[in-house]
Amino acid sequence: MTTYHLRVNGRDHAVDTDPDTPLLYVLRNDLQMNGAKFGCGLGQCGACTVTMGGDAVMSCLVPVSVVGSRDVGTVEGLGTAGKPGMLQQAFIDEQAAQCGYCIAGMMMRAQSLLAKNPKPTDAEITKHMMPNLCRCGTHMRILRAVRRASNAMANQPAGAKA
Amino acid sequence: MTGGVASPGRRRLLAAGGSLTLAFAIGAMRPAWTQDETPLNKGKMPGSLEKEPWLDAWIRIDADNRVTVFTGKAELGQGIKTALLQVAAEELQLPPGRIQLVTADTARTPNEGYTAGSHSMQDSGTALRYAAAQVHGILAGMAAKRFDVVPATLTARDGAFQAADGRRVTYGELLAGRQLHVQADPAIKPRDPASHTVAGKTLARIDIPAKVTGGVAYVQDLRLPGMVHGRVVRPPAPGARLVEVDVAGVTRLPGVLKVVRDGRFLAVIADGEYRAVKAAAALARAARWEIQPTLPANADPAAVVRALPTQPTTILDRGTPGSAGRTLTASYTKPFQLHASIGPSCAVAQLVDKQYTVWTHSQGVYPLQGALAELLGADKAAIRCIHTEGSGCYGHNAADDVAADAALLARAFPGRPVRVQWMREDEHGWEPFGPAMLTRVSATLDGLGKIANWQYDVWSPPHNTRPGKAGNLLAATHLEQPFVPDTPKPSPQPEGSGDRNAIPLYAIPNARVVHQFQPGAPLRTSALRSLGAYCNVFSIESFMDELAHAAGVDPVAFRLRHLEDPRAADVVRAAARRFGWDNYRKTPRRGRGFAFARYKNLAAYCAIALEVEVARETGMVRVTRAVAAVDCGEVVNPDGVRNQIEGGIIQSSSWTLLERVRFDQQQVLTRDWAGYPILRFNQVPEKLEVELIDRPGQPFLGTGEASQGPTGAAIANAVFDACGLRLRDLPLDRARLRAGH
Repeated sequence: MTTYHLRVNGRDHAVDTDPDTPLLYVLRNDLQMNGAKFGCGLGQCGACTVTMGGDAVMSCLVPVSVVGSRDVGTVEGLGTAGKPGMLQQAFIDEQAAQCGYCIAGMMMRAQSLLAKNPKPTDAEITKHMMPNLCRCGTHMRILRAVRRASNAMANQPAGAKA
Repeated sequence: MTGGVASPGRRRLLAAGGSLTLAFAIGAMRPAWTQDETPLNKGKMPGSLEKEPWLDAWIRIDADNRVTVFTGKAELGQGIKTALLQVAAEELQLPPGRIQLVTADTARTPNEGYTAGSHSMQDSGTALRYAAAQVHGILAGMAAKRFDVVPATLTARDGAFQAADGRRVTYGELLAGRQLHVQADPAIKPRDPASHTVAGKTLARIDIPAKVTGGVAYVQDLRLPGMVHGRVVRPPAPGARLVEVDVAGVTRLPGVLKVVRDGRFLAVIADGEYRAVKAAAALARAARWEIQPTLPANADPAAVVRALPTQPTTILDRGTPGSAGRTLTASYTKPFQLHASIGPSCAVAQLVDKQYTVWTHSQGVYPLQGALAELLGADKAAIRCIHTEGSGCYGHNAADDVAADAALLARAFPGRPVRVQWMREDEHGWEPFGPAMLTRVSATLDGLGKIANWQYDVWSPPHNTRPGKAGNLLAATHLEQPFVPDTPKPSPQPEGSGDRNAIPLYAIPNARVVHQFQPGAPLRTSALRSLGAYCNVFSIESFMDELAHAAGVDPVAFRLRHLEDPRAADVVRAAARRFGWDNYRKTPRRGRGFAFARYKNLAAYCAIALEVEVARETGMVRVTRAVAAVDCGEVVNPDGVRNQIEGGIIQSSSWTLLERVRFDQQQVLTRDWAGYPILRFNQVPEKLEVELIDRPGQPFLGTGEASQGPTGAAIANAVFDACGLRLRDLPLDRARLRAGH
């Protein structure tokens, strides 16, 4: 076991774990966060997507030992059920979930796009979301939710953040 | 908590020590001490009230006016909780947010069997509608008596009745902690749909906020005190024999608490999840297996099913065959396909003081309870199964199997909750597959371009090997003393299983339909969303298109001339109109396709018109836009229905264009998303529209599986329209498009 210092959603955590433990398991079990999900452990489905230093990564493939000082972002960092963030609100407004197991990963992939490119084209949204899989067939609503979130952010007063 | 025997209402009643006896007679009310629980109106009860007629099994109102509604159905991501809540709220005249909904739990809710077959609104929605209407009526009567007014002068709002003079009493005050242990009255009249304020309007799904904010939403998210993690090492192939395994090295790995071996059931329990994953990988390496080639050499679906023993049943025999005219014949196939949940199946189980508690995303907590009792050699009463949502299952996936794994490990490691989640390779390799199927259809067109004769055969392995019996749980078949799976049986018509929707809804004077049921299959198979309907509707509706072309008639007009049910004709016309069928202008590489079915010939009507773009050089097919028209009786949550239909269209597009389980003689080869791809964002339509034909006051008709069959056929028909290729073997994948057959 080794102690790792992680910064998750802007908060510092110290975690004692084995160096090869993927970030996903650290988030879920050590930090008791539900957002990132185990889907395949192979980097093929995106259910475990989080942001790391702003980029979308599949946390099932990232050993905790390589995270370093990069800020990890999960869906918990976007808001709460009582006070949802813009992206979360957009997913609620579009009712963009069926079983919802893939949705937190979808949202973090979308977040990594909107943070860098707040006004993506529809084609850019589609291309960006490609790595993540949804089995319920909620794709149309997910794409609409990302578009809605982008529009909402664009209409925000300057200086406000997602 | 005990599980099982008496009805949940009865158990709660006994535990609470009393129910309400009213001074005046209402329906079948009896005093609490009455031991006779015989239903009074057997055969006449609406929905699941037939199985569970006691109102207090469905609705509980506490003295503090907390209202709890119980359903034996489970949330699978289809939005059933929200729709059931709307139904109950409407009749109870309560804001939905005031009601707590408790879903499938063997200790608390009615036994409504499985949450499957698009039955939930029909079974549980109907039961709750009548139960809630009756409860509201009884409460109104009590309030009227208390105020000495007639019930019609009362207004109900926010859980209370108010008299014209302003006097007010809450539901909870009326009952004062007692419960309505009263039998349902089938003569009760629910509220007039015209007066509805909650049912029939879109209500945002109650489960979505937790799902988008990282709340505890799934069984995968349960973290119980002292919980440990289990992982199972499956054999590499169905026919693999465990020759030897050296567990000593695995036992010494960090965090490993126990290695379990029982026959060829191998598992580890560790103090951390990833430690369990690593230990399971080490255990797999430490095991030596001998693999027998038990799978067919020719994996072609037609060859696989043709080789199986068959039990034919004629399910339709109308008129006399042999009409004169032009006869067409065609054969269609579907491969083995996966449920392929995004989240591998998961369960948590705990054994404390000889009582098991199992948190499971099974579609049937009561049947699972029975199967686990047999597996563990325990009384049903010693096992409580609590439904806890999982990743979408789309039928009988590995939910029950992983619950068995967790229960076996809980027995091996008593006291501590054991969480087991399958790995991706196991989910893809060991879930019960949707069976391969073969159909053959022959029809004769008369001189007027109408179908005079129809002969249809469908060959199919089982679509139902759900537990109920221990032998239907995967782990049970791997134990030293293995349980043997039940011999599967076909489900009878009209719902059917492999023959679901094998009888066309079209008016055909002479028709014969035969279900060639195959009780054995080389791979374990069970219910995948819509069962045989997907392949049967694909076959029938592809063939209707072929017949229309042979008759030189527009495919929509051809269907309409054979439809006598006006509701069927309505959805066909609505889909054609919304799509712009009559004014469609064909462009290069693109084509349009149409299909229709009424799911099970008794649930929702669904017609689909869509356009595809075909690139023959790459073999890529993409649905560019799709329109569905749906009649599901009275609509409770319009957006919920749309979400189900949209999802069904996209999921079926994925089945139709991409999906096939591959195997060699030893093992399943498609063990991950690379080997078994599903639809991605670049392959979804640009536009997807769902038109609902609402029928207020008509019975609820299940929608969750209505669009899968028509979508598959509409795609095949559109591919034909786009490029002239008639593809009859699923999936219509790139290789087939390029090869042209």
